[in-house]
Amino acid sequence: MHNEIQRPFSRTFAAAALGAALLAAGLAPGALAQDAGPTQAQVDAVVEAAFPGIDAEWAARLTPDETMRQCNQFGNMPPDDVFEEIRTRAASTIVYPDDGVLMGSWENGEKLAQSGYGMRFSDYPPRRESGGNCYACHQLTPQEVSYGTLGPSLMGYGKLYDFSEEAVKAAYEKIYNPHVALPCSMMPRFGANAVLTIDQIKDIVALLMDPASPVNQ
Amino acid sequence: MHKLMTLALAGSLAAAFTLSLVAPPAGAQTEEETQRGLERFRQMLREDPWSNPALLDADRGEMLWATPAGPSNATLEDCDLGLGPGVVDGAFAQLPRWFEDAGRVMDVETRILWCMQELQGFDVAEYVKKPHPSGGQPVKDVGAIATWIANRSEGEAFAPALDDEAGRQAVAMGEALFNRRSGPFDFSCATCHAASGQRIRLQELPYLSDPAEAQVVVGEWPAYRVSSTHVMTMQHRMYDCYWQMRMPKLEMGSEASVALISYLVDKAAGGDVAAPGIKR
Ligand code: HEC
Ligand code: HEC
Repeated sequence: MHNEIQRPFSRTFAAAALGAALLAAGLAPGALAQDAGPTQAQVDAVVEAAFPGIDAEWAARLTPDETMRQCNQFGNMPPDDVFEEIRTRAASTIVYPDDGVLMGSWENGEKLAQSGYGMRFSDYPPRRESGGNCYACHQLTPQEVSYGTLGPSLMGYGKLYDFSEEAVKAAYEKIYNPHVALPCSMMPRFGANAVLTIDQIKDIVALLMDPASPVNQ
Repeated sequence: MHKLMTLALAGSLAAAFTLSLVAPPAGAQTEEETQRGLERFRQMLREDPWSNPALLDADRGEMLWATPAGPSNATLEDCDLGLGPGVVDGAFAQLPRWFEDAGRVMDVETRILWCMQELQGFDVAEYVKKPHPSGGQPVKDVGAIATWIANRSEGEAFAPALDDEAGRQAVAMGEALFNRRSGPFDFSCATCHAASGQRIRLQELPYLSDPAEAQVVVGEWPAYRVSSTHVMTMQHRMYDCYWQMRMPKLEMGSEASVALISYLVDKAAGGDVAAPGIKR
C-alpha cells in the first residue's frame, strides 16, 4: 500500500480532508470553478498568453503531460487508483541499456551531478552536454559542501544498500523516472523527459552505487 | 548630498564585488564570496541606509517620471497608480489592484508600462521584447521608476487592493500557476518555494505560500542584487524563476506575471514595504 510511502510534501489535514470530501462527492478539486479558482482551460490560456512567439518545441513545455496533469489536479497527492496508474505508466517509460550494464564511470557521474547546465533558454544552441544537477537538491559526497536540501541526503547511498544488484536497478529507475518509486515525486524525470542520455544516467548510477565512488567513502 | 555619498559608496562596493566575484570559478567558491559580500553589504546598510546602490536607480526613476518623453513628449506625472493621477506616496503598498481605465489588474511595472503607452505614446510591445538588464547592466527605465515608486511606500504595510472580484480572481489564478508543474524538469514554483528552510545548493528558498515568510521577503522588491550588481524587479524575478524552470521567456506585464505577483503580495499582506532591499 502506498500509504506507507513518504509523500512528496505534507499538507494540512484540512486540505486533505477537503480533497477527500470533493472526491467522495464525485468532484475533482477545481471542479467548483467559482469558489475553488480558475478552470483548467482558463489557466492553460493564461499560460499560453504569457509566453508569446515561441516555436512548437518550446510550446510543448507549457502543457503538462498526463502524469503532470494528474499530479497538478491532486496537489501531488493522488488517490490510490491514480497513484497506481502513474506508477504503471512511469514503469513503461524506462529504457534499459542494450547490454544490461547499469553502471558507468562515477568520475563522469560526479561532473554531471555538479552541472546545472541545460535546457534553459540561455542554453541554446547547446555549448556543452546537459547536467543532472543532483547537488541542487541532494547531498552526495562529503567533499561537496554546496548542496541543496529539497531531496534527502544520498551520502553513503550504495553502502546503505550493500551495493546490491536490486538497488543498482532501483537507482537507475529512480533517475530515469522517479514516479515508479514515488508517483508525483518532486524530482525531475531525467530519462523519460530526455534530459539525460542512458550513458549519462549510467555514470550517475555509478556515482551512487560504485564502491569506489566518493559517495560511499 | 546623499546622492554623492551614495555614489561614492556604491562605487567602492561595486569595485570590491567585482574583485571578489571575478577571481574564482563558478560553483561553491563564488557562492561563498557572494555570501560574504552580502553580509558586508548588509552591515554597511545598517550603518548607513543611504549606501544602498538601488537608491541611485530610484533617483533615476524619479527623474524619468518627471521628464517629458516619448512621441507625445509628456511626463508621467499624470499617471494614476491607483490613488489618483500623480499620487505616488503610498500607492505601491496598495498594488496590485484593478484599474478601470485599463480593464485589468496591474502590478506597479505593468501600470508604468500602461502609462508610458497612454501618456507618452511609447510602443510598449517594443519595450517588453527586452525589458530586463543582463548581469552588470543597470535596471531599465520601468524598473528604475518602479524602484522609486516602491521606495515612496517604504515603511507602510502591504495592503493590496485585491479583495474585489477581479483581485480575488487574480490571486486564485496566481495560486494555480504557482502550483502548476510542466516543462522538461516538471517544476512548479512550489517545487522550490513550498516548504520552510529548504535550499537549492546554498541558496535559501523562502516558503512563499506562508504569510510569515512572504511578509519578510516580498516587500523588499525591487531589490539590489549583489550577485548580478543591479536592481532586479519583481517582474524580472518571475522571469528568472521561469528560466530556472526551463520554461520560455515570461512576457513582462502578461496576465500570468501579474497573477503570480498578486498571489505573492496577497500572502505578504500586512508585512512592511522595505524596498529597495538587498538580495544575494
Ligand atoms: C528538484 C530537486 C531534485 C533534483 C534536481 C534531483 N532530485 Fe533526487 N530526489 C528529490 C526528492 C524531493 C526526492 C525524495 C522524494 C522521492 O523519492 O522522489 C528525491 C529522491 C531521490 C532518490 C531516492 C532516495 C531514497 O530515499 O531512496 C535518489 C536515489 C535520487 N533522488 C537521486 C537523484 C540523482 C542521482 C539526481 C541527479 C541526476 C537527483 N536525484 C536530482 C529531488 C531532486
Ligand atoms: C528550481 C527552483 C526554483 C523554482 C522552480 C522557482 N524558484 Fe523562485 N527562487 C529560486 C531561488 C534559488 C531563488 C533565490 C535566488 C537567489 O538567491 O539569487 C528564488 C527566489 C524567488 C523569489 C525572491 C525571494 C526572496 O528572497 O526575496 C521569489 C518571489 C520567487 N523566487 C518566486 C518564484 C515563483 C513565483 C516561481 C514560479 C514561477 C518560482 N520562484 C520558481 C528557485 C526557484
